[in-house]
Amino acid sequence: MKTFAELDAKICSCTQALNAKIEGTNGKRAILLCGGTGCLSSNSMEIKKRFEELVAAHNMQDKVTVNIVGCFGFCSQGPFVKIYPEDTLYRMVQESDVDEIFKEDILGGNIVGHLLYEDPTTQLKVTKQDDITFYKKQRRVALHGGGVINPEDIDEALGYGAFQGLKHALSMDPKQVIDEILASGLRGRGGGGFPTGRKWQFAYNSVADQKYVVCNGDEGDPGAFMDRSILEGNPYAVIEGMMIAGYAIGASEGYFYVRAEYPIAVKRLRNAIKQMNEIGILGDNILGTGFNFHAHIRLGAGAFVCGEETALLNSIEGKRGMPRPRPPFPAVKGLWDKPTIVNNVETLACVPYILREGAESFASCGTEKSKGTKVFALGGKINNVGLVEIPMGTTLREMIYQIGGGIPDGKKFKAIQTGGPSGGCLTAKDLDVPIDFDNLVAKGSMMGSGGAIVMDEDNCMVDVAKFYMEFICDESCGKCSPCRIGTKRMLEILTRITEGEGTMQDLEELEELSNVVKSNSLCALGQTAANPVVSTLTHFRDEYIAHIEQKACPAKVCKKLINYTIDINRCVSCARCVAACPTGSIYKTDYVAPGNRFASYQIEDEKCLRCGACIATCKLHAIIVEAGRK
Amino acid sequence: MAHINEAGVKKINEICDRYADEKTPLMMILSDIQNEYGYIPLEVQKIVSEKTGISVSEIYGVVTFYSFFSLEPKGKYVIGCCLGTACYVKGAQQIIDKFSEILGIGAGQTTEDGLFTIDALRCIGACGIAPAVTINGKVYPKVSVTQVPKIIEQYRAMGGAE
Repeated sequence: MKTFAELDAKICSCTQALNAKIEGTNGKRAILLCGGTGCLSSNSMEIKKRFEELVAAHNMQDKVTVNIVGCFGFCSQGPFVKIYPEDTLYRMVQESDVDEIFKEDILGGNIVGHLLYEDPTTQLKVTKQDDITFYKKQRRVALHGGGVINPEDIDEALGYGAFQGLKHALSMDPKQVIDEILASGLRGRGGGGFPTGRKWQFAYNSVADQKYVVCNGDEGDPGAFMDRSILEGNPYAVIEGMMIAGYAIGASEGYFYVRAEYPIAVKRLRNAIKQMNEIGILGDNILGTGFNFHAHIRLGAGAFVCGEETALLNSIEGKRGMPRPRPPFPAVKGLWDKPTIVNNVETLACVPYILREGAESFASCGTEKSKGTKVFALGGKINNVGLVEIPMGTTLREMIYQIGGGIPDGKKFKAIQTGGPSGGCLTAKDLDVPIDFDNLVAKGSMMGSGGAIVMDEDNCMVDVAKFYMEFICDESCGKCSPCRIGTKRMLEILTRITEGEGTMQDLEELEELSNVVKSNSLCALGQTAANPVVSTLTHFRDEYIAHIEQKACPAKVCKKLINYTIDINRCVSCARCVAACPTGSIYKTDYVAPGNRFASYQIEDEKCLRCGACIATCKLHAIIVEAGRK
Repeated sequence: MAHINEAGVKKINEICDRYADEKTPLMMILSDIQNEYGYIPLEVQKIVSEKTGISVSEIYGVVTFYSFFSLEPKGKYVIGCCLGTACYVKGAQQIIDKFSEILGIGAGQTTEDGLFTIDALRCIGACGIAPAVTINGKVYPKVSVTQVPKIIEQYRAMGGAE
C-alpha cells in the first residue's frame, strides 16, 4: 500500500465486507465470541471451538462464520456470544449452552430466551446490546471497535474506520495536527490530565535529530483495566494514535511499554504491528508521504512505579525503574536523552477519532475543561462490573445506579474509590458531582487512570487505607526517603489501628506524615501516596475513632476488633461448625434451646481465629459477627 | 543451576544475541532468561555481563528491582493471587490465606517439594471476575475459599508430570 488512493480502495472494500457481515448481505450469519481476558478465563475459547465443530459437522462453513471480538465491557455478564445479522446478544454462555444455541438459533432461527439479558428492574428480556441499560448512557470513542471487530484481523479494523485519522493527519501540516488536538481539548487519560496537545507542542518545538513517542501501557493501578481492554479490543487504533503523534512531533520511532501481566494484549499488539508492517502502513515512506514510523514493544517486569513516565523511560533504557527529576521534561530530554512524548493507551486511542471525526465532534460532549469521554473500570461491590465509557460530566449517581445497576444484595453504598492508590474516596454526598478531572480533584480524589471501586457498608475504610498504603509501601522505588520511610511508618500506624493498638495521637501523626511524604517526594507516586489516608480520614474519621477508642471495627472486617458468637437459640447442634473450625474453638454448652433436643454450641473467644469457616458451613445463620472485642 | 553446563551458557549467549541490535537490551534479555529458566541466579548474571559488557552490579540492581525477576527458582506451579483493589474488596485476602494455610508457605515462598509457589500479585486487570487467581498463566475467575483445596488437589494430581 503506497498511496492514499490504494488505502482508500482497501478501506472501501473492507468496509463493504464488514457491513455485509454485520447486515448478513453476504449470505452468512456470523457468531462473535468475546475474546477479552475476563471472558477467555470463563472458557470463551472452548465455546468458540464447540461452535466451529458444529459448523463443520453440519457442513455450514460457507453459511456461518465464527470469530472472536474485543471486550464487550460488561464483564460480570460474560462470556458473551453475539449473532449477526440479527444482532442477538447472549450472555453468561456456558460450553453446555452451545449446542442449544446452534440448534435453536443458527439452525432453527429461534432466539434462546434464557440466555438473554434480563433487565433487573423491568424483568424483560433484552435481545440487542444497545437496548441494555448498561450500554445506553455510554458513548464509545476510546473503546471504538471493541465487541465489533476481530482484534487480530486488520481487514476488519480497516472496515471500521482504522487509518482514516492517520490519512487525514498525513494530508495536514504537523502543526495543524497539533492544533486539532489542542482544539479537541483532549487531556491525558493516564491520571494527570495534562493537555495532550500542549505536550505535543513542547516536543514539536524541541529540535533534535531523533524524537520518540512512547505509549504508556503500564496500567498498574489496582482495579483499572481499561488500557488492557483497549489493546486487546482494537490495538490498531492505539498504533494509529501513536503514528499520528509521531507525525505531529517529528518522531519516527515509537515504543509501547506494556505490563508483562497482559499477555493477550501484547500478543495482539505484536500481531497488529506485524500486519501493519506487511501492508506498508507502518515502515518507511508511509503512503508515499515520506513519513517513516517504526513501532516497538517493551515489556514491564512488575514494577508499579514504571507507570510514572520518567521511571518508564529508565525501564526502557534497561535500568532500575526509578523516576528522574523534572525538569528537564521528557518532551525536551526523554528516552535516550531525546525529546519524547509519553502518552497513555486511552489517550492515544482517542487520537484517531479526533482526526477522523474532527475536534468538534470529540469536544461535543464533556464539561468545560474536560472534553470527550472517559473509560472507567467499574468494580467492587456493584452489580454491573465492567468497562464503561461515559461522557465527561456524567454524575457518579448515573454511573453507579443507572449504568452500574446499583449495589448488590440490597447493601448500602458507602464510597467509591477513584484514582487507585493515588486517589481518594467519594461518598454519598458527592453522588451528584459531574465527573471530570477538576471536579474529582476538588473533592479530594482524582480521575487517575479510571479505576472506580465501589464499596458498601461491609468495607472498612481504615482497612482500605491500610490496603493502599501496603501497596504503596511495596511499590515505592526507594529513591526518596520521605516516600520510602514515610509510607512504611504510615503503614505501621494503620496496622496498629486496625489491630486495636492505636491512639488518638496516631491520627495526628498520620496527618503530619501525609504532608511530609506529599511535599518531599520526587514523583507522583510519592506525592499522592497519602491520598487514600487523607481522604478516608476526612470522610470516615468516626471509623478511625471507633477502632481506636471503642476497639471496634464497625464494618466487621478487622479481625482483632470483632468477635464471633453463636446464637444459642438458633443453633440446632448439628455440629457442622465444629468440624469446620480449624482451631477446635467451638464447644458444647449445657444450654438446650426451647424446642431443641440437644445442647447448643458456643465459641471460645481466645482460640477463635475469625476465619469465617464456621459461618460458611452454618445453614441456619446462627453465627453472629459483632463489632468490638468480647 | 549451581553449575551451568555448556549448553546453558550457549543458550544464554543465544538470548543475548537476539537483542544485539537493540540500544538497551538488558530488560529483554532478563525477561527471556526468566521465562526460559524461571529464575536468574548470579552465575547467569555474570554470563550476561561478559556477553553484553554491562556490569554485574548493574544487572543485579535491575534483577532485584523488578518483581518479575527472581534470584531463586520458583515452583512448578506458580499460584498468583491477585490482591488488586477489586479482588481485595471481594475477599482476595481470605483466598491467599487459604492457599498459605493448606500449602504451609507464605506469599513469595515455594513448597519444599518444589511444586508450588505462592505469589501475591498486584492487579492483573481481571477486576470483572474478582477475586481472580492465576496458576501458570491460567486465570481462575471468581474464586471462593471452598474452591481452593480442589484447585490445589487438581495440580497435585498432575504432580511433577509435564
